[in-house]
Amino acid sequence: MNKAGAESGQTLAARGLTKIYTTGAVDVYALRGVDLELFDGELAVLLGPSGSGKSTLLNILGGLDVPTSGQVLFRGRELTALSDAKLTRYRRDHVGFVFQFYNLISSLTARENVALVTEIAKNPMTPEEALEMVGLETRIHHFPAQLSGGEQQRVAIARAIAKRPDILLCDEPTGALDISTGAKVLEALQRVNRELGTTTALITHNAIIAEIAERVIRFADGQIAEVQVNEHQKAISELNW
Amino acid sequence: MLTLNKKLYRDLFRMKGQVLAIALIIASGAANLVMSVSAIDMLEETGQAYYERYRFADVFAGLKRAPERLRLRISEIPGVQTVETRITRLATLSIAGFDEPVLGQLLSVPDLGRPQLNRLVLRAGRWLSPGRSDEALISEPFAESHDLQPGGKFQVILNGRKRTLKVAGVVLSPEYVYAIAPGALMPDDKRYGIVWMSRKALASAYDLDEAFNNVSLSLLRGAKTEQVLARLDALLERYGGTGAIARKDQLSNWFLQNEIKQQKAMSMILPTIFLAAAAFLSNMILARLISIDRDEIGLMKAFGYSNWDVGWLYMKMVTLMALPGILLGWVSGYGFATWMAHMYGSYFKFPFLLQRPGLSVFVIAAGISLAAALIGTLSAVSKAVRLPPAEAMRPPVPTAYKSGGFLSSLFQVSFDQPTRMIFRHFLRWPVRTGLSALGVGLGVAVLIIAFFWSDSVSYMIRSYFIEAQKQDVTVALTEAQSKSVLQEFKRMPGVLMAEGERSIGVRFKLGPRVKRGALTGVRPEARLNLVYDVSGHLLQVPDHGVVLSTMLAKVLGARLGDMIEIEVLEGRRPVLRLPVSGLFETYIGTPAYIHLDVLGRKMREAGTVNLVHLKTDPGRSAILYKRLRNTPGVAAVSLHEAALKSFRNTMDETIMVFVAFFSLFAGALTFGTVYNTARISLSERQRELATLRVLGAGKMTVSYILLGEVALLTLVSLPLGCLIGYGLAGLMTASFETELYRIPFFILPSSYGMAAVFGVAVSVVSALWVRRGLDRLDLIAVLKTRD
Repeated sequence: MNKAGAESGQTLAARGLTKIYTTGAVDVYALRGVDLELFDGELAVLLGPSGSGKSTLLNILGGLDVPTSGQVLFRGRELTALSDAKLTRYRRDHVGFVFQFYNLISSLTARENVALVTEIAKNPMTPEEALEMVGLETRIHHFPAQLSGGEQQRVAIARAIAKRPDILLCDEPTGALDISTGAKVLEALQRVNRELGTTTALITHNAIIAEIAERVIRFADGQIAEVQVNEHQKAISELNW
Repeated sequence: MLTLNKKLYRDLFRMKGQVLAIALIIASGAANLVMSVSAIDMLEETGQAYYERYRFADVFAGLKRAPERLRLRISEIPGVQTVETRITRLATLSIAGFDEPVLGQLLSVPDLGRPQLNRLVLRAGRWLSPGRSDEALISEPFAESHDLQPGGKFQVILNGRKRTLKVAGVVLSPEYVYAIAPGALMPDDKRYGIVWMSRKALASAYDLDEAFNNVSLSLLRGAKTEQVLARLDALLERYGGTGAIARKDQLSNWFLQNEIKQQKAMSMILPTIFLAAAAFLSNMILARLISIDRDEIGLMKAFGYSNWDVGWLYMKMVTLMALPGILLGWVSGYGFATWMAHMYGSYFKFPFLLQRPGLSVFVIAAGISLAAALIGTLSAVSKAVRLPPAEAMRPPVPTAYKSGGFLSSLFQVSFDQPTRMIFRHFLRWPVRTGLSALGVGLGVAVLIIAFFWSDSVSYMIRSYFIEAQKQDVTVALTEAQSKSVLQEFKRMPGVLMAEGERSIGVRFKLGPRVKRGALTGVRPEARLNLVYDVSGHLLQVPDHGVVLSTMLAKVLGARLGDMIEIEVLEGRRPVLRLPVSGLFETYIGTPAYIHLDVLGRKMREAGTVNLVHLKTDPGRSAILYKRLRNTPGVAAVSLHEAALKSFRNTMDETIMVFVAFFSLFAGALTFGTVYNTARISLSERQRELATLRVLGAGKMTVSYILLGEVALLTLVSLPLGCLIGYGLAGLMTASFETELYRIPFFILPSSYGMAAVFGVAVSVVSALWVRRGLDRLDLIAVLKTRD
C-alpha cells in the first residue's frame, strides 16, 4: 500500500499501463505504457481519435477491466491486485459512470434508476436531490421511454453522482446527442464537478469540449501524447460549436 | 442466398441451447404422437387380422340347454353365415404345486375337425386326439404362468367329479385376447385359465348329449346385427337363453376396443399440449431473434432482398429448429411404440403383432410438429417481413413501461429496485408471461395426470376391494341351492362366517331402454359383500323395490321411484315390475340389488343362493381350498386377497413405467419453457444487468433479478398447473367412463405437492443453467453496444 498518492491529492494514478488484446495471431496494443494522475476535484478531458485507447484506459481506471501490465492506484491503494468482488465494491463505493448510450434500466423510472444506486451506496444523496442537480426534478416519475436522449443522459449523470462518488468517469457522454442537448448534459457535469468537487474524467473526441477542462490529456495510438493545462476554463455557453 | 444460409446456421448454432430445449418439447409431442398412433394402428390392425384369420364370431349367446337340432333354425335367421354350437362351463381346476383354487373356463371343441368359428392357434403340442376325453388344450398365458407344457397334467372338477386331464396342446383364441375372469378387473393368468375339451367329454360330464348351452354366429356382410340378436333371443328364450350379444359387447373384444378408444383420446391430449408449447416457445425465440436482427433485416431489404426472401429465411430457421425435435421424436417414439407393443403383449394375447409403425405415422408426426412450429412463429416472421428497412435500421426505442395502478403503489411501498425490475418485466408482456407460466404449468399438469392414475386406481381398489368387500373367498355354485347350504360352508375348516346371495341374469327395461345385466338378491344384514356407495355409506337393501347402481340408472334413464321392468332370464322367467328404491355409486360394472327374500318370492324358490361369501381364518386356508376343490356343486372359487394382489402388481408395474415416461415428458416441457424464458430474459436484459454490475451491483443482485423472474413465473405456474392437471384428470375421468368401470376422479394432495416440487426442481436446474451466462457477461462489450 502506497500512502503517497493519498497525501499528494491524487484520486487516481496509473503507472506504466499496458493493455494488449490478442486476436488470433495478432497482438493489438490498446495502451502502451500510460502514466497518468487524476487530482482531487479536477475536471480532466481525455481527448483523442477513436481507437486511441481512451476508453480502454477509462475502463481500467473504473475497475471494469484489468491491464496486461502496470498499476492503477486509487488513493494510493492498488486496484490491479483486487479480486472481482473487491472491484465490484470499488465501483459501488467510489466510482460513478456515465456512458455514451446512457444504459438506463428501461423498466425503472428516472427516480428508480437513481435509487438503484442509492440503495446500495454508503452515503448517498436522495434520488430527488441528484435529479434536481441535473435539472430533472419535474421528470422524476418518467420511464426512459418517456424521456428525450438528453434527459436520459442527465438521469444517467444523476445516477452516477447520487452516491457522491470520488471519481466520475464519463465515456463520450454527449456522443449520441445533438449540440444543444449535449450542452445541457455538459452543464450538468460541470455543475456537479464544481458543487460536489468530484474528480471528473471525461472522454471525448470533440476538441471543443476540451475547452471546459482544467487539464486536457491528448491521446494517440495508446499513449499520452500531450498534457495541456487550461488557464481559462470556458463556460458551456462560451463554447463555439 | 448462400451467405444468408451461413447466417442461418451460425444463428442456430449460437442458440443451440434454446434449439435443444425446444427440440425436447417437440420430441415429446412427436414421440407421443408416434407412440399413440402406432399403438392404435398396431392394436387395430393386429386385432382385425387376428379376428379375420381365426374367424372370431360376430354374435355370442349363452343358454341353459337346447337340442342340437335348434342349430338349423338358428342358421335360418336372415344374415347368419355360420353357426357353431358348443358347451361352455366354469369349473374349478387344481394344479400341482399351486394351493389356491383356479377358475377354469371350459369350452368344447368339435370331436372331429376344428372349430369353424373362434378358431384356435396352436402354439405348442398338438390338437386333441379324436375320441380322447382326458385331453385338453389350454390357453398359452395360463400354461406359461403354471409352466404347464404339452404332456403335463392338471385336474378339473367336472360336475362334481374330479378328472385328470393331460395337456395335448397350448393355444391362443381370438375370443380370449384379454382373458378376464367373470367379475375380475384384470387378467390373472395364474387363477383363471381357458380349457378346451372334446365336445363329447363335456356333453357326457354335464348331461348335454346332442345339446348345447352356447352358440356363436358369424354374419354375412351387410347383415343387421340388432335384428339377428333379436331373432336369436326369441329362438333361445324357451331354452334358457341369457341374451345374445354382439361382438362389440364380447368382453375380451370390449377391452381391446376400449383400449384403442382410450389411446385415441390420449393421442389427442398429450401431443396437443407439447406441440402447443413448442409453437409458443419457437415464437418467443424467433421474436427475440428478429428484434436483435432488426438492423440486419433493414440492411437486407436495403440491399434488395424481397420480403419473401426475409420471410423464407426465418421459415427455414423454424424448420431447422423443429428438425432435431422431430428426429428425436421419431427415434424415441419408435422406442416407446416398441415398448407399448411389449406392454400390450402382456395384456392382450395375440399370436402375432402387426407392429410395423408405418411410414405414414412418422410423416404425420413430422408434419404436425412442423406445422405447430411454423404456425407458432407466423406472427414473428410476418413482423420481420413487414419491417420497413429504414425503421429497421434505427435502434428500437426503449421498451415502454407504465406505472400507475394498484401494483405500482405497492411497488413504491414495499420493494427495492431489483424487485421492481422483476415485476415490471414480468408484467410488461402479459401474454408472453402468461404463456410461459402456462408452459411450466402444463409440465406440472402432465405429471399430475400421471400421479392421478395411481391415486385413482388406489382409490378404486380401496373402495371396491376393501370397503365394499369384506369376504376372503367367494364361491360360485353350479346351481342355486337352498340356503341351508350355508350351514355346510360354515362347518368347513377355517370358515368364520358364510353369507349367501342369489345372482340371476336379467334384462332391465324402462321405456324404450333395455340393459342386460345381473340382479343380485342380498340380505340387508349382510356383513361381507356390501352394497357400498363410493361416498362411503352403506345401503340397506329395503324389502321393496330394487337398488340400482347409478351407472345402470343412467343407462336406463331411471330415477328414484321409477317403476322398472325386470325380465328374469332363467328359471320360470318371471317379469318383475319394481320401483327403484335406492341408488348407489360404484366404480365397477352396473350392479343391481334386491332383498334376497323378495327375489325368492318372485322366483318362487324361497331363499336359494348361488353365491357364497366366506370370511376365513388365514392360517387354515390351505385345508379349506383343498376341501372346496373337492366339494360338489362348487363351480368356481375366487380369493379376495389374491385378486387384490394380482391387480395391484399389474397396476404398479404399469403405473411405474407410466409415471417415468410422464416425468420425462413433464421435465422436458418445464425445462424447455423455463430455459427459453430465462435465456430470452437474459438476452433482453444483459445490457441492463451488465450496467448494474458496472454500477457496483454484485453478482447476487443481478442473479436475483434474472432468477427472481423465473421464480415468480414458477410461482404463478404452480397453481395454474395444478388447476390444469385437475381439469385434465376430470376430462379423462369423463372420457374413460364406461359401463364396465369408471375411474374415480381422485387426486391426492401429495400428488399436487410432488408435481409442484418436481416443477420447482426442474425450474431451478434450468434457471441455474442459464444463470451461468451471467458469469460470462462482458461488461465492456455490452456497454459499447446499443442494445
